[in-house]
Amino acid sequence: MTVLDSKIPEGPVADKWENHKFSMKLVNPNNKRRFEIIVVGTGLAGASAAASLSELGYRVKVFTFHDSPRRAHSIAAQGGINGAKNYTNDGDSVHRLFYDTVKGGDYRSREANVHRLAEVSVNIIDQAAAQGVPFAREYGGLLDNRSFGGAQVSRTFYARGQTGQQLLLGAYQALAKQVATGAVELHTRTELLDVVLKDGRACGIVTRDLVSGEISSHSGHAVVLATGGYGNVYYLSTNAMACNVTAAWRAHRKGAFFANPCYTQIHPTCIPASDEFQSKLTLMSESLRNDGRIWVPDAFDDGRSPNEIPDGERDYYLERKYPAFGNLVPRDVASRNAKTVVDQGKGVGTLKNGVYLDFAAVIERDGEDVVRAKYGNLFDMYANITGENPYQVPMRIYPAIHYTMGGVWVDYNLMTTIPGCYSIGEANFSDHGANRLGASALMQGLADGYFVLPYTIGDDLAGRLGETVVPTDDPVFVEAEAAVRGQVDQFMSIGGTRSVDWFHRELGKIVWDYIGMERTQEGLEKALSEIPALEEEFWKDLRLPGSTATLNSSLEKAGRVADFFELAKLMARDALDREESCGGHFRAEHQTEEGEAQRDDDNFAHVAAWEWSGADSVQTRHQEELVFDNVALTQRSYK
Amino acid sequence: MSKELNLTLQVWRQDGPDDSGHFETYKAEKISEDMSFLEMLDIINEDLIENGQVPIEFDHDCREGICGTCSLMINGQAHGHAKATTTCQLHMRKFNDGDTIVVEPFRARAFPVVRDLVVDRSSFDRIIEAGGFISVNTGAASDANLTPVPKEAADTSFDAAACIGCGACVAACPNSAAQLFTSAKLAHLNLIPQGQSQRFERTESMVETMESFFGSCTNHGECHEACPKEISLDFIAFMNRDYVKAKVKNRKLAGQR
Repeated sequence: MTVLDSKIPEGPVADKWENHKFSMKLVNPNNKRRFEIIVVGTGLAGASAAASLSELGYRVKVFTFHDSPRRAHSIAAQGGINGAKNYTNDGDSVHRLFYDTVKGGDYRSREANVHRLAEVSVNIIDQAAAQGVPFAREYGGLLDNRSFGGAQVSRTFYARGQTGQQLLLGAYQALAKQVATGAVELHTRTELLDVVLKDGRACGIVTRDLVSGEISSHSGHAVVLATGGYGNVYYLSTNAMACNVTAAWRAHRKGAFFANPCYTQIHPTCIPASDEFQSKLTLMSESLRNDGRIWVPDAFDDGRSPNEIPDGERDYYLERKYPAFGNLVPRDVASRNAKTVVDQGKGVGTLKNGVYLDFAAVIERDGEDVVRAKYGNLFDMYANITGENPYQVPMRIYPAIHYTMGGVWVDYNLMTTIPGCYSIGEANFSDHGANRLGASALMQGLADGYFVLPYTIGDDLAGRLGETVVPTDDPVFVEAEAAVRGQVDQFMSIGGTRSVDWFHRELGKIVWDYIGMERTQEGLEKALSEIPALEEEFWKDLRLPGSTATLNSSLEKAGRVADFFELAKLMARDALDREESCGGHFRAEHQTEEGEAQRDDDNFAHVAAWEWSGADSVQTRHQEELVFDNVALTQRSYK
Repeated sequence: MSKELNLTLQVWRQDGPDDSGHFETYKAEKISEDMSFLEMLDIINEDLIENGQVPIEFDHDCREGICGTCSLMINGQAHGHAKATTTCQLHMRKFNDGDTIVVEPFRARAFPVVRDLVVDRSSFDRIIEAGGFISVNTGAASDANLTPVPKEAADTSFDAAACIGCGACVAACPNSAAQLFTSAKLAHLNLIPQGQSQRFERTESMVETMESFFGSCTNHGECHEACPKEISLDFIAFMNRDYVKAKVKNRKLAGQR
């Protein structure tokens, strides 16, 4: 079995990054302009990487399928960003953020990567503040912090409920500055459809111009994929409609190993779907659980409106089962318990697909004005979407897919198993292990883009001075373009009866039912037979109207859904092989007597990295063993 | 069971920038009042595909009112008639059974139609590239708490920064002016200490780039009415003052009081 080389530097964990920075080769400032770097995606990771690389002097080409880099889905993050600044004097430190993140990840991440993340977290806050990101401030004018997602220190910086938008605008504006100088070439409404290799090394990409339909090639000395997570494989998720796995997946098909696809994160507080045609789920900030009480009726199929159900006939199941943590148990515990009661038939709402989040007690205690001041915008959002007034009627909530920890396998330098091809942000698998802590996604995206990749990419490029890029008329590009055109033509020629969205919805149901919050061997085996059957139907019965030479969103979606089918099979396979429960991966067969996730550290303290071995054969599973020298492995308990 | 609506839609169809475009009439039947406007369009598109017709193209992404991708003039109003709401957050319960709804793209010379309801708003990116940033290269920042920002200034800056760049202000303006967008982006940076060193250069450059694409402001205030984030008209006044200052300021002596 191939041993993956994670290239973790030697030395104590706290010195690894510092030593590595010194030992890496440098590219002379005057020589950086001789290198061309392709960055795909303009969310926090992509925009910050592109801006930083171009400031260093590299020539950068940026690609986004959005109409503007500023639309990327990082923009929707609400809560905040962690930084080990210890501005609140409550005992935070780089080591504590490192420790919390490894523990929160249920001991399935690399210590070295996580420590580096914690180290650069402080630089991110400085950088963002200098860019004018309007973080919340106290009356003295200094930055405000709050505790987030159960952390015992206040290390989260935030910008009202729109931290993601403000950080992304900071990175986008830094990018715009570089575009204006001509240092960055910006391609909007352009989608990556293949990664191209020459002699085993990434040499460029093939894209489709979404407006003209033109398929073209772009070459560079390195390719960076910053294309986000794959939560939309579930169809209904809190991801934006266009989020997809295509860039990562096409790199996977060209040799980039895909790691831990079964690690997906469910967010417990989303608004349940109202009907079959619902297109996405909306997240309500987790902070609501600080004051709301979660319950379902004791009786099955209780038809009464919630306010008519007396207290004695309600089951406040989190408070009952977890008296110490109550409604504030971690995301996965809250989510699984909601599923349990809904599956029992105690769900609420027309479709019986939710649980109540009730604010009556806090309104009675503190008054409606206090609640309005704290959560007013969230309550308004809920009322707008559901038509119900949460000050008078309890909210209905249900878990939804929110983030994916799995992704393209990368080494310590963020390089994939394709030399010259990097992956950053949510697209890679690196720092969150089996479960991501709140306010850590923004941190990781910006860490990779601002402070890690700009250093590590030079180490590889330094030795390549004088190498010219592969011309786009080289046979490798010609062949890749032909393959992409072939797939487009194939989609158009199927001439079936069903829309892409129909297939996506059906796929989503299978993935949610069998590879969702709770997985079983039986369910996963079912998924492995149902997904290929539906996939076969997709390739026979898809109907794609319109032309390939204009904007055609059905055609765009077809390619993405085709890749989701292949990913879904790998998720099921990965979940089946991981015979333990950890973080976001809960196998019903592996739980403690208390119903908590039971890890198997002896057999599964490793990363599973999958190697593509053709569309018709099972992929090869490789293992990267995880070593814990600094953090002791413990079992979580929230009783 | 939630209420259902039967609606008639008149939707703008246009093959591309050079096509003259026309309205098509569609029936939307049994639409749940809990659906969003875009989900209603999804259903019409599903029907079109089922009947072998080409679906309607429209811009959208996050569907939670923050990315600024969705647009649409709905019955002549940018993002529809609901106050402080993007199209993706406009729900069908705001309409009545039997309504006829007219759906058009945002219309402005600086926003050419790409196809159907999709327009090109890249002129907004050009305004940002002209100066909508603070020049601080990665790594050059000092400690974040070294520069306090008075809370009131930080809050006002934030109110401006809440702009999602959707372009409703331009679409609602009889002159297709972009003053509200530009002033929000500019005020966000000009109001805080970090933005001071480039303040007047930024103002001059952003305003003049804006004027190269968009019409002039004649104080109708329609932009504010249409804005899903309720950006204040005060920022336009602020921008105008800063623009005048930028034109008379000797920037070589910027430190002189």
